[in-house]
Amino acid sequence: MAIHFQNHPGLVVYLTIGDPDLATSKKIALAAIDAGADVLELGVPFSDPLADGPVIQRASERAVHNGTRLEDVLALASALRKERPSVGLVVFSYLNPILRLGLESFAAAAEKSGVDAVLVTDLIAEESEEYRAVLRKHRLQPIFLAAPTSPDHRLARIAEVSEGFIYAISRVGITGAQQQVAGDARELVTRLRRFTKLPIALGFGISNAAHVAVVAEYADAVVVGSAIVALIEQSSAEEAPAEVGKFIAALRAPVASETAVP
Amino acid sequence: MAEQNRIELEMPPVATVPGRFDAYGGRYVPETLMAALQELEAAYAEAQRDPAFSSELAHLLHHYAGRPTPLYFASRLTESLGGAKIYLKREDLLHTGAHKINNCLGQGLLARRMAKRRIIAETGAGQHGVATATVCALFGMECIVYMGQEDMRRQELNVYRMRLLGAEVRSVSTGSATLKDAINEAMRDWVVNVRTTHYLLGSVLGAHPYPTMVRDFQRVIGVEARRQILEAEGRLPNAVLACVGGGSNAIGAFYEFIPDRNVRLIGVEAGGRGPALGEHAARFQGGSPGVLQGTYSYVLQDDAGQISSTHSVSAGLDYASVGPEHAALHDSGRAEYVSASDESALQATVRLARTEGILPALESAHAVAEAVRIAPAMDRNDILLINVSGRGDKDMGILARELKLQGA
Repeated sequence: MAIHFQNHPGLVVYLTIGDPDLATSKKIALAAIDAGADVLELGVPFSDPLADGPVIQRASERAVHNGTRLEDVLALASALRKERPSVGLVVFSYLNPILRLGLESFAAAAEKSGVDAVLVTDLIAEESEEYRAVLRKHRLQPIFLAAPTSPDHRLARIAEVSEGFIYAISRVGITGAQQQVAGDARELVTRLRRFTKLPIALGFGISNAAHVAVVAEYADAVVVGSAIVALIEQSSAEEAPAEVGKFIAALRAPVASETAVP
Repeated sequence: MAEQNRIELEMPPVATVPGRFDAYGGRYVPETLMAALQELEAAYAEAQRDPAFSSELAHLLHHYAGRPTPLYFASRLTESLGGAKIYLKREDLLHTGAHKINNCLGQGLLARRMAKRRIIAETGAGQHGVATATVCALFGMECIVYMGQEDMRRQELNVYRMRLLGAEVRSVSTGSATLKDAINEAMRDWVVNVRTTHYLLGSVLGAHPYPTMVRDFQRVIGVEARRQILEAEGRLPNAVLACVGGGSNAIGAFYEFIPDRNVRLIGVEAGGRGPALGEHAARFQGGSPGVLQGTYSYVLQDDAGQISSTHSVSAGLDYASVGPEHAALHDSGRAEYVSASDESALQATVRLARTEGILPALESAHAVAEAVRIAPAMDRNDILLINVSGRGDKDMGILARELKLQGA
């Protein structure tokens, strides 16, 4: 299968799976899709999330603590695929849990679960040859990160090895919400366009409708992560799905009105 | 002056920077860091070609850090064990009290070449933090050291030393609040501040070029020791022993002896309180290949790929992974890796203190413990060379608690 964005901008929602628990993660994921998420990034919790800020660190710690495994994330993907056939599903992980399961076993299971794509935070293009070969065999798309610090020769390489979309990091830093979308972001997307026709999704620090509207001017999609994970942290398990649904609908509201055909 | 020239000659530039040690090593980092790693790799390669760099480093190692360090024949320890002759490579006599200064001076000079004035570092036992803070004071650089809360508690004296030297020590309370968590925090800082900051990593860990570069800066240990043992005994030792946390002192001590196939290389890991996962830091006994903090090596992990907590009485060995070059040396069989328990390290500390008047760091005491174990069964003409990577002054609080010495 392949990732595609129905709307402009496309909306990618990151969730740390297993926070607060697997059953709630499933309800939140369904609510997110129904509120307009085109793609879900299913975050695999890891004990040492060194690219993440405090919000996702805490979520990851809770999910690891309650025993959430990569296999659980794939089982959830399978359930979501059955109930919402057209949503894009990305497994979002650090490398070690995947290596532990085994690259081939992981890819086979992910394909069977209806996963579309995989993004590994700590896997760069140069180290990815075997990984991409295994993913290709199982019809999974490899998504890579592009950073404001990536020089053009790296962006060219990243564009060459990516499929589905490219995840552009809006600023130099770790994950987490912020007041404004960094000035780095537009420049990075502009540079990246020279090397790819793939959709470009911009993430890191996007947390409200104003950010989404600004980013829609130059990127194809936005990724919202920490803001939603923080909302889940602040809500009870019962309220979390509805809260997340409302939050996502509000992200899209001004976008929908601006782009509505009269 | 003659001595200084000799050190200079002993720091040959390494022609290639491989990044892989057989299957191990590599670069497993967020994309944001790649430009900085490539910048560092290029700066290091350029520095290696620049005679001014190696001569300035040699000058500092000699006049500031106190190289070469002695190779000392421990006659009373040898007598007490009744077997192999034991020689001690005295890295504990270096300025700041451990081998860590060798690497910090090298990377400090590199940071200056790259015009990065903000230095960050992680520390476990505090020795790397102290060495980093020292070098930053020497070069007038801003210094931030990340340290696990648990390690700050057990290495309080080093925390004060770093602050006295002008460094900011940031407490890390996530995870197990030890070295691994301090590295996570340092890497997060680096991701945020990568344009202005050099990450002065203290061991042969992390993404390329660190394992190679840090090894090169520590090679001087083995280069000197090999020459010194030949001068003293006219032959090479039967074995070189070193403790292995990340593995920088061990790779430094081993590297020059790798082509000497008849010299055993013995790395000693922290056996902690016992063999159960979480009770030790013996990666080659309880670990399996995986990726942690930028490199592919042996890792203590559970069956879901989550990194295990570790335990050692010595903060400097209390880490879930090990330098990738050690993983390659392990798999090829060129080096052997064993472990020493907390208890045997403590006993070895007392033995070395009372037979030789030398107080080793608890980390280094693990290597002493293995020598104590194997020396008695060896021939009196055999030779063991132990790298005493640091001194034990920092451990006085732990020693007082653990040994409960009463009027002894």
